[in-house]
Amino acid sequence: MGLAGAWWILDPFFHLLQQCRALPHLLRSSCLFGSDPSSNLPKGGILQYLCDRFYDIENVLAWREKQKYSKIERQNRYHGHLKEYCGDDIVAVNFTLYNGGGVRFKGQEKWLRPNKRGKYSKDFLVLRDVLVEAIDLSGSVVSYDGLDNLVFLTGLKSLDLSRCPNIDDWSLSRLHVFKDSLEELLLTGCPRVTERGLACLHQLECLRHLDISNLPSIANKGLILILLEEMLPQCKVVGMDYGDGVALDPGAQMSGDEMEEPSIPSRDRKAGEIPA
Amino acid sequence: MIQPGRLCRALGPLLTRPLLGPGRRLHISHPQRRDLFSDLDKELAKFQKKLKESLPASDWNPMGITKGLPPEHADVVIVGGGVMGWSVAYWLKALETQRNALRVIVVERDPTYSQASTVLSVGGIRQQFSLPENIQMSLYSAYFLRTINEHLGILNQPPIDIHFNHSGYLFLASEDRAAMLEENVHIQRDHGASVSLLSPAQLKKKYPWMNTDGVAVASYGLENEGWFDPWSLLNAFRNKAMAMGVCQYFGEVKSFSVASKTMCTEKGDVNFSRISSLQVQMPNSLESQPVVCALVVNAAGPWSGELAKRAGLGMGSQGTLESVFLPVEPRKRYVYVWHCPDGPGLECPMLIDTTGAYFRRDGLGGNYLGGCSPAEDEEPHIQDLEVDHDFFQEKVWPKLAHRVPVFESLKVKSAWAGYYDYNTFDQNAVLGQTPLLENMYFITGFSGHGLQQSPAAGKAVAELILNGRFMSIDLNNFSFNRLLFHEQVLESNIV
Repeated sequence: MGLAGAWWILDPFFHLLQQCRALPHLLRSSCLFGSDPSSNLPKGGILQYLCDRFYDIENVLAWREKQKYSKIERQNRYHGHLKEYCGDDIVAVNFTLYNGGGVRFKGQEKWLRPNKRGKYSKDFLVLRDVLVEAIDLSGSVVSYDGLDNLVFLTGLKSLDLSRCPNIDDWSLSRLHVFKDSLEELLLTGCPRVTERGLACLHQLECLRHLDISNLPSIANKGLILILLEEMLPQCKVVGMDYGDGVALDPGAQMSGDEMEEPSIPSRDRKAGEIPA
Repeated sequence: MIQPGRLCRALGPLLTRPLLGPGRRLHISHPQRRDLFSDLDKELAKFQKKLKESLPASDWNPMGITKGLPPEHADVVIVGGGVMGWSVAYWLKALETQRNALRVIVVERDPTYSQASTVLSVGGIRQQFSLPENIQMSLYSAYFLRTINEHLGILNQPPIDIHFNHSGYLFLASEDRAAMLEENVHIQRDHGASVSLLSPAQLKKKYPWMNTDGVAVASYGLENEGWFDPWSLLNAFRNKAMAMGVCQYFGEVKSFSVASKTMCTEKGDVNFSRISSLQVQMPNSLESQPVVCALVVNAAGPWSGELAKRAGLGMGSQGTLESVFLPVEPRKRYVYVWHCPDGPGLECPMLIDTTGAYFRRDGLGGNYLGGCSPAEDEEPHIQDLEVDHDFFQEKVWPKLAHRVPVFESLKVKSAWAGYYDYNTFDQNAVLGQTPLLENMYFITGFSGHGLQQSPAAGKAVAELILNGRFMSIDLNNFSFNRLLFHEQVLESNIV
């Protein structure tokens, strides 16, 4: 009776002891004690909780992050093995096709692209002295290092870098090498391009068409449009309106002019607020 | 005789109440005791705080130790919490062979960073120098800033943004300096910088707002040049270093205790000293803590000369090697911000005029900032950071208005002043040690181009500490020993 009775008494204590170990976590994350609602269960859940407390888990997660950078680096390596035999243009073509892009040579209408499975024929290797006129790298993982493959092109007229997640201001600063040839540049939907990178496009003297629609990192879109048009007077800048970034007061009376539609719908608009 | 009326009034309350039994207290007013259940939220918050403090891993101590006191022993003490100090701290932790091999602490005098050169800096980075070492350091720093998230990114924190503007530096040269500029451009290109040379006609075409009178040739940095936010870089270094185990303490290093050994030579005695410990005085307090350390890194910026004197460097008799002191002193420089609505647009680079005046665009609203280095005999007083607005009116504005005619009409919005850690000997960095004070490492004397070389300089000194020699960039030309042998290493492109 004695021992069985003792267990019965000690059981709640064991339960309490287990709860005490979890108490700091509960204290931090529980709403019961009136802590601020933003510090509820930690983001990332149990993995984040362990990562903050154990070096090995932190190292594993950091290694995983580094692998992402390594993967991008591998995709963007320089295809220098072709340079000696075929020239810089073929290097660029090989790089573009390897990353799922398209190439158009000078004097041709057809675009060279890999098929749906990413395979492409190596027939272009014979086109040694033909200049590359247009490159389409939209949606690819091309980054600052990948542009190593493209900077030696002398006849490039059109470059499409739309929706590339790794193209940022540093990559744009490399495009000055195309100042004598580049006529068309498409930067739609690049999330890391800001106005600081657009400022270094002033070196592209031949640029005639610049597409900068849907750049989420740019605030004051209308102002940027005006400044870009002043900076590149002979270039047509598309993709932004003068009214972008200017929130209109719904009750404001403007005398006799047609205002551009602001980019946010009226129900989400607040007077005087400039959307990011 | 007690009057019955008074007695009755006095005894009134006692008589009207029912007689209380023994042991009961007499209550005259409402109880003052806190009601636990009415302020439940506050009471629970207090209880939670006390419980957290009593659990392990809280710093509550029954003996009431001063918070923020540095430890009694440390391996490396970095004196100075600016970008140089934190850069060395980060690289020491990044390059050490085993986790926590070195106990590194950073001691900073001013928690508000009100006079720190880093945060008052204009924040430019350029590769247009004449010394190969300077060019290589800037190139490495540009690479570091480009890949800052790979180096200084912390897991599950938002990516670091230093607001890098890629607009480049434009140096203008008059006839007499044109040859030197062209020679420098060749040296820069040899070491991997991309710089272009422009004639006055090309300048006029590219920048129609510029007046090209007196300009013979100009050099423009095409890549890896521009300006960025120094505070973001400082915080990025600091957060990463603290995540890797460096501790920050606030206090001033007041004195050192130095042990020396004397070497007797035929020409006289030479004292070789070694710092054994230093005294850190707590801010706003007389309390100080001795910290026994193996190495001291002098990253105190403009005050590093004063710190070296406190360690006894340069206090020897005249004419001996021991009289050579660290020639770094603070020099005040002004930066003015003005607004000009019709000024240069987005393409405006950091322009450095033939006269030494400079300006750059700041933001998108037609604001510009700039200044000019004063002549040697007109150096302003360094007691405080008050701005002299007459200096702008007399020295800076005429030069800028001559170069950019639109600046004839501008409106000064604000101004600030900061210190250069000016090396009076040859205006270049002092990196490394000296045999006379063998465990103090210098990382100072940058004379205005420190911020842009901070990642490379920090890595160099960390390599020196961990490996005994420079591994990535050879910076032996910047050692302290050139001061002992009076060999100047001059840089011609000082702004």
